[in-house]
Amino acid sequence: MSDESLTLQLLKEQFPDKIIETHSYRGDDTAVVKKEAILEVLKFLKEDARLKYNFLMDLAGVDYLTYKKDPRFEVVYHLYSLEYNRRVRIKAPVDEDDPVIDSATPLWEAANWYEREVWDMFGIKFRGHPNLKRLLMYEEFVGHPLRKDYPITKRQPLIGPKI
Amino acid sequence: MDIMESGGSWSSGYLLSKLEEAIAWARKYSIFQYPFVTACCGMEYMATACSHYDIDRFGAGLPRFSPRQADVLFVVGTISHKLAPVLKKVYDQMCEPKWVVAFGVCTCTGGFYDNYATVQGIDTIIPVDIYIPGCPPRPETVLDGLMKLQEKIQKQKQLV
Amino acid sequence: MSDLSKELKTKHMFLNMGPSHPAMHGIIRIILELDGETVVNSEVEIGYLHRCFEKHAENSTYNQVIPYTDRLNYVSPLINNVGYALAVEKLLGIEVPERCKYIRVIMSEISRITDHLTCIGASAMELGAFTAFLYMIKARELLYELIEAVTGARLTISYTRVGGVKADLPEGFAQRTKQAFAKVREILDEVDKLLTRNRIFMDRMKGVGVISKEDAISYGFTGPLLRALGVEYDVRKANPYLVYDRLDFKIPLGSNGDNYDRYLVRMAEMEQSMRIVEQALEQIPSGPINVDHRGEILIQPADMVDRAKLGQTKDLLITEIPLSPNLEGSEEKVYPAINANEKRVVLPPKEETYGNIEGLMNHFMLIMDGWGIRPPKGEVYFPVEGANGELGFYIISDGTDKPYRVRVRPPCFQLTAALPKMINGGMVADIIPTFGSINMIGGELDR
Repeated sequence: MSDESLTLQLLKEQFPDKIIETHSYRGDDTAVVKKEAILEVLKFLKEDARLKYNFLMDLAGVDYLTYKKDPRFEVVYHLYSLEYNRRVRIKAPVDEDDPVIDSATPLWEAANWYEREVWDMFGIKFRGHPNLKRLLMYEEFVGHPLRKDYPITKRQPLIGPKI
Repeated sequence: MDIMESGGSWSSGYLLSKLEEAIAWARKYSIFQYPFVTACCGMEYMATACSHYDIDRFGAGLPRFSPRQADVLFVVGTISHKLAPVLKKVYDQMCEPKWVVAFGVCTCTGGFYDNYATVQGIDTIIPVDIYIPGCPPRPETVLDGLMKLQEKIQKQKQLV
Repeated sequence: MSDLSKELKTKHMFLNMGPSHPAMHGIIRIILELDGETVVNSEVEIGYLHRCFEKHAENSTYNQVIPYTDRLNYVSPLINNVGYALAVEKLLGIEVPERCKYIRVIMSEISRITDHLTCIGASAMELGAFTAFLYMIKARELLYELIEAVTGARLTISYTRVGGVKADLPEGFAQRTKQAFAKVREILDEVDKLLTRNRIFMDRMKGVGVISKEDAISYGFTGPLLRALGVEYDVRKANPYLVYDRLDFKIPLGSNGDNYDRYLVRMAEMEQSMRIVEQALEQIPSGPINVDHRGEILIQPADMVDRAKLGQTKDLLITEIPLSPNLEGSEEKVYPAINANEKRVVLPPKEETYGNIEGLMNHFMLIMDGWGIRPPKGEVYFPVEGANGELGFYIISDGTDKPYRVRVRPPCFQLTAALPKMINGGMVADIIPTFGSINMIGGELDR
């Protein structure tokens, strides 16, 4: 256990005023980070010799509209270190009025498609992304379907009847 | 053979109706299919087409991968709204006579994907001749559907 | 001649490959910029099979999500089932019985073999080796029959439940598996002879679709494609789940990271998976046969339901129902071995449901809207080794009976994202084996 929380300890030491909170629910180390510092934190995690989180395993968006959490959105990064066999979850809250966060594409190629998907599904913009356009839905689609206020059956067909 | 069994009388149009039946017989046993495979049903389509279930026994063993050479469009798997224009285009490129088989419940009605991305049945876009239910249908069901299509081809008026 | 080629005005051609292309299993569109037959640049467009898995999961109860997980990677659905069930169990903090763990391992590994068989068979067919495809599908058919004997379905099986599995292994399963594996091994030997040293196959596969180790890690590669580069990463070894730490198996590694190495890794992995299943079948703790039956009276399940509806519940608790355990698995005698002893999560056996009021109430508490399985508030990420790589489920619970958010980390997403990197600079014809080797599965890619 002490080895696992090393990541969180180092993060707190390195960024005392940028980490909002940390927890390890069910053994998953998690750090909530201010969105202004996200690129800095990810870079530290990737390049520090004691951590070496070289895999961006997953990048997802979450809409906390009905969970009553402020701010509304969160971008979640799952990192994995091949060398130390450790995992960590980094979360960055993003508010509804200014849904912009720095892109992780300078650090990982994998971020490219993940961020396009988050933009497509949640409408969160990534500053510095080379090609931020819809990934899964078509360009004509209006809205962001994984937002909690998008009804599941609201169809926008390209051809055919609107049922 | 159906032509031999069907008999017939010496009334007018005897020759025409016989010819029509012969054409129907030839058509139903030489189905060239275009598999429009998108999703899970493709796995069962593969199983049906391969040696264990052997769709070749029904004269439908040769898939043509150009719509212009095919006469039965097998729509296998979920069709999303993003894909719908493509399906319509493929259908329009096929020459008459042509038939469409909706393979699996997603193509029949949308199945349990009642959501913003899925077409609720491909018959909202193109006409369908045979619906094969199942999620995915077992190979036996597929063969049954194919035989139903052959019956339909035999019975319908042939464009000569 | 060189003067002539200077004077010739050539332009790059743009070509659409897909969405419906004969040599590509799965719906994907590759926009190619070609200089003659050389790919100068390319872009991949996906999303043609977006079926809103994540949106549906938010609108279903925890057990209702399981059928949707079948259809993520529909070539190896059991691994998705197991991965999702394990993630929810981690959220709940419960553990399943030993026998259930072994059953999950056995079924996952059989599913992994079917996936690799389909992948290799289809990519060999696209290179013209149709015989290999027919052989592979024949082997897959044998394994589908095994899966059907256990789960009742061939493909979309919905086999696991949160806190257990739907049914116990049928009688004589070990024997049937042994016979099926003997045949599968025979077929794999034949395919090995047909393909591995085949001149045409090697020429098409060797040195094609290469990606460097650094790029692969940057793209987040996992699974056989990463292992073909010599990187030893397998979730089953790195973060062992279920009983993988008790089983002896190797991780096959390649060195060049080209299509040929990927093929070799997959071939070797199938053998390892069969070894895992064989060991698990030996180690598995004995099942329902040792449990005493409490009564002698036999009753048909339908009669039992009818009698319970009329309130004639006398003696139903000590009545044995003659259900075949592999199709229903809801009888009391097989229950404790395959389901967690957790009333908040697992439905009671049918004897309890129809036999006494506590069982009936328990059943309704888990079925009714707004009740059901309600994990505590929190979030977990659980990775398992899918057939294509790390399959992760990230689940957020808000304390109600529906997951607040279910996110899947699809293993072939990153592989497809890196496709331009692998095909740029190569020939058009080389796209086909490369695309075959990444084993793109639409359901998993677009969700």
